[in-house]
Amino acid sequence: MMDIVTPGYMPHEALFPIVVDAMFTKNFLLVMFLGLCSFVGLTTNSETSKGMSMAVTFVMTMSAILTWPIFYYLLKPNHLMFLQTICFILVIASFVQLVEFIIHRYSPPLYRSLGIYLPLISTNCAVLGVVLLNVKEDFSYGASIVYAFGAGLGYSWVMLATAAVREKLIMRGVDLFNGFIGAFFAAMMMALIVVSYFSVVKL
Amino acid sequence: MMQLIPPAIAVLGGLGFAMAAMLVWASKAFHVETDPLVDALIELMPGANCGACGFPGCADCAEHIVAGDVTPDICTSCDAERFELIGELLGIEISTAEPTYPVILCQGGTNCKDRYDYIGADTCRAAILLAGTKKACSYGCIGLGDCVRACMFDAIEIADNGLPRIKKYNCKGCGSCVRECPQQVLTIAKEHGPVYVVCSSHDKGKYVKEICEFGCIGCGICKKNCPEGAIKLVKALAVIDQEKCTQCGTCIDVCPRNAIVKL
Repeated sequence: MMDIVTPGYMPHEALFPIVVDAMFTKNFLLVMFLGLCSFVGLTTNSETSKGMSMAVTFVMTMSAILTWPIFYYLLKPNHLMFLQTICFILVIASFVQLVEFIIHRYSPPLYRSLGIYLPLISTNCAVLGVVLLNVKEDFSYGASIVYAFGAGLGYSWVMLATAAVREKLIMRGVDLFNGFIGAFFAAMMMALIVVSYFSVVKL
Repeated sequence: MMQLIPPAIAVLGGLGFAMAAMLVWASKAFHVETDPLVDALIELMPGANCGACGFPGCADCAEHIVAGDVTPDICTSCDAERFELIGELLGIEISTAEPTYPVILCQGGTNCKDRYDYIGADTCRAAILLAGTKKACSYGCIGLGDCVRACMFDAIEIADNGLPRIKKYNCKGCGSCVRECPQQVLTIAKEHGPVYVVCSSHDKGKYVKEICEFGCIGCGICKKNCPEGAIKLVKALAVIDQEKCTQCGTCIDVCPRNAIVKL
């Protein structure tokens, strides 16, 4: 039986590289290619991609807050690490459902702008990716929250930038950016820019 | 390995049970009264959440349908059978018993002079952004086919005369093209229908005569001859009041510019 090591609550890692990693060098959409369903589906319109970005950032941060204690206090002491994926999905999906109930009740305007995206994210791979990476990297509680928030911001800027580009080009009738193929073409161009920029400019 | 099975069952089962209990409690505690019509409509929608209607999901689309912002036919996933059920629920006829289709209120096209040679993005909107429309008539159809691209049913094409032509057997009368047209020369008309002044130009008669073969010059002959008094002149353009019009056709015969047609 191996020892149970918990990384601790307060972040001992340097936080700035974690944020930059999450936002740019290991961007979830462009470098890891996670969460592409929403990227392809919603970037034709900047209003919807704004709503989706807000919702994803919120859910990512909250699921990091929820899953870390579950992993280190429930799964790890019982040597049930192989159950992490299914447990995390369970927790995230129920949490998203709960949040939907609450904002539907107390804030109808927020529900209309955000709530409709929440069911779409409950099984979004980017959200699950964040919490699994938090565990894999042995982040402390604080660092895992910062990482999740940074990943949300990274998701947001890519969504908004791509939506801005695609919206303009679709309006001008550039067929290359229309439809699913166009979305992947746009993703490829953005990914090239981000990856090559950060391989030349070392952080 | 065997000793892992009981804790695995306990942890996952416990977690699942706890989450389920919490959600059951939350759904009671935070229950919101929703419009039963919307709920019933959501049940009938295809549930594909494809987003082709422009809303993020079927539930959102259903809300807008009930609110009256859009008609159910914006859904491209529904088949005729589903439309019938939805129509029954909402008490409306969706499979258009009286078919509607768009009319182009312009006979310009190649009959109307160009102001300049336009070379650029092949859309009406881009052409307007450049320097107003490329046609000498600032009110008419530009003919670069924004309506064709807006049509989801392949029911519009740009004909040889530079104007959109409606293929009636494909047209569902959804009005996508009417909403898309930046010049607003399209309008929805009913079948067996009405008499229209197929011109949108408010320019002075002399100028219209110079640039276009068919444009309304605002001479007022139709207004004088109309037995019902259904025609009035709005800024040098004859406009027919469809409520009063009896489709007698008098104005069609007297118009010196052939700018009035019966559809």
